[in-house]
Amino acid sequence: MGIPAAKLKELFLKMSQTRHFEETAARLFTEGKVHGTAHFCIGEEATGVGVCSALAPEDLIAQTHRGHNQAIGKGMRLDRMMAEFLGKETGYCHGRGGCMHIADSSVGSLGANGIVGGGIPIAVGAAFAQQYRKLDAITVCFFGDGATNEGAFHEALNLASVWKLPILFVCVNNYYAMSTPLNRHMNISDIAVRAQSYGIRGKSLDGNDVISVYEATLEAKEYVRREGPMLLVLNTYRYMGHSKSDPQNYRTKEEVESWKKRDPLVLFRDRLLRDGICSAEELDALDGQALRDVAAAVEYAESSPEPRTDEVLRDVLAE
Amino acid sequence: MRELTYAEAIREALSEEMRRDDSVVFLGEDIGVYGGAFGVSRGMLEEFGPVRVRDTPISETAIVGCGVGAAMSGLRPVVEIMFSDFVAVAMDQIVNQAAKARFQFGGQFSVPMVIRTPSGSGTGAAEQHSQSLEAWFVHTPGIKVVTPSTPADAKGMLTTAIRDPNPVLFLEQKLLYRVKGEVPEGEYTIPFGKASVRREGRDVAVITYGRMVQRCLEAADAVAREGIEAEVVDLRSLAPLDRDAIVASAKKCGRVLIVHEACTTGGVGGEIAAIIADSEAFFWLDAPIRRLGGLDSPIPYNRTLEDTVVPRTAGIADALRGLARKGASWPRA
Ligand SMILES: Cc1ncc(C[n+]2csc(CCOP(=O)(O)OP(=O)(O)O)c2C)c(N)n1
Ligand SMILES: [Mg+2]
Repeated sequence: MGIPAAKLKELFLKMSQTRHFEETAARLFTEGKVHGTAHFCIGEEATGVGVCSALAPEDLIAQTHRGHNQAIGKGMRLDRMMAEFLGKETGYCHGRGGCMHIADSSVGSLGANGIVGGGIPIAVGAAFAQQYRKLDAITVCFFGDGATNEGAFHEALNLASVWKLPILFVCVNNYYAMSTPLNRHMNISDIAVRAQSYGIRGKSLDGNDVISVYEATLEAKEYVRREGPMLLVLNTYRYMGHSKSDPQNYRTKEEVESWKKRDPLVLFRDRLLRDGICSAEELDALDGQALRDVAAAVEYAESSPEPRTDEVLRDVLAE
Repeated sequence: MRELTYAEAIREALSEEMRRDDSVVFLGEDIGVYGGAFGVSRGMLEEFGPVRVRDTPISETAIVGCGVGAAMSGLRPVVEIMFSDFVAVAMDQIVNQAAKARFQFGGQFSVPMVIRTPSGSGTGAAEQHSQSLEAWFVHTPGIKVVTPSTPADAKGMLTTAIRDPNPVLFLEQKLLYRVKGEVPEGEYTIPFGKASVRREGRDVAVITYGRMVQRCLEAADAVAREGIEAEVVDLRSLAPLDRDAIVASAKKCGRVLIVHEACTTGGVGGEIAAIIADSEAFFWLDAPIRRLGGLDSPIPYNRTLEDTVVPRTAGIADALRGLARKGASWPRA
């Protein structure tokens, strides 16, 4: 494993932050402090964190509705994310977007999307701009398994391929589109084969193993810069319901439990201990830091002002 | 009479039609085991099975298009689009295909398809899950647009929609799904293009539809205590529009307030105002026609902001007071 210890610790911290952020956010929901809905990625932390931690600050990402791991991976601030979640003026989108629409242009985030597949063509446009400006940077576009059934996915991959754009398509395959299992919404079992139809490279891997995700992204990044688009499929699982109102009557508790045995955080922790990179104390300290960071984010968000109603029309159009 | 929620009334109409007519099929995302994002189709998979209650991939263009083709080929599909905002993904199939198939082929085909979809704000679901897009389709000849405001209307109008030989956009009000009301047992239809006067009055005609009907009734009650009698007309059907009911109420009251949740600019309210200004009711008007629609803004996430951009009961009552005041009459030279 040629990854520097500092990077590994960063990955562990970001995954822990994501887990605590979402567990806390879910609790705020049950306490009635949040209006609206949320889509949690608990169980999928290694995907967004692993991919985004392999990117440079100038690389761009387009996130999904289930993208807190993607946002934290790219370096977004927990306090402003939490403030957005609570609809506060200090939130990333000043309370306009909520957690389904978190964006931070300062770290290269083009934003999360509430329209399944809606972000894919946008990411292609960003990669087009990078190519046009002859930049070194690439764009990474996240979407789910379900999103690959939208026309937007197919049109976007084809266009990116024809123009050889510097874009990495990342499919976070959690085997469900809401209640519909993968084997009932498509007739293939490996989503990566969809790349073939567009003449681009496709690769599937274990999305719960953050080290393989990170390394595959580093490699894909070089490939994309040289050769054009690639599709990376990260196989993983979501533990929680699709959104806060999900009765989860479409899968068994046993299935969920069996995935929890391959929990991305536990797998990574074991690996770091086994390889002697970190001691248990060090890992506990990182986890404790993540908890404190999230607690500080909640405090920041709760003490932040509400947006002003007389400014509601502020950003309908640019001046 | 027994009471049902708006969601149950929709399920009852759809189930009755599926029992009566085996050409009725039901397609959409997560409508089977999950019962639909708002639980409207809960239990229908068990009764009708997966051949007639079909979960689809997330492919709105294909879902609506499949409905159009099946309708042209003898079925009566009811397709569900999970949130009305996602009709934008299927726009070609609705606007260029469903709404044109009969006309452009000289009447050889009909498209007896219903697109059921929840509309409106108020759930904190933000910009891409909260819009009121009816005006786009009212502006599209070849498709009917209806939006019931009570459980009884929801049942009768969905039955009418399924039996209609044309494409019908059936806009459900997501905040009304859990609202209860009396609903007759058994099959019945409510004709399209017929408004319903929810409250009689003589001072101001309030023309409205959808979720705003309830707010207009509350506002009318509030100003009644001050001696202003508002008449509340629930259009129910937006295409076709009940021109006669609009004109009659405007003539009777001489003052008109039009209320809808959708943004004001380019909204259905402009059409209603034009119908009045273009009719004999013009000569009975004692004040300019007023429109109270949503602000020309996307729907924000923050709850207070979200409330700010759509008409509220207090704002409707204020508009009624403003219209009823003497000073609001025409300045007579
Ligand atoms: C165009 C569109 N259709 C449907 C939805 C409703 N919806 C939101 S997320 C989702 C499931 C998405 O599945 P997938 O792409 O696999 O992502 P996951 O939720 O599993 O992360 C659905 C159907 C939507 N938001 N946008
Ligand atoms: Mg999925």
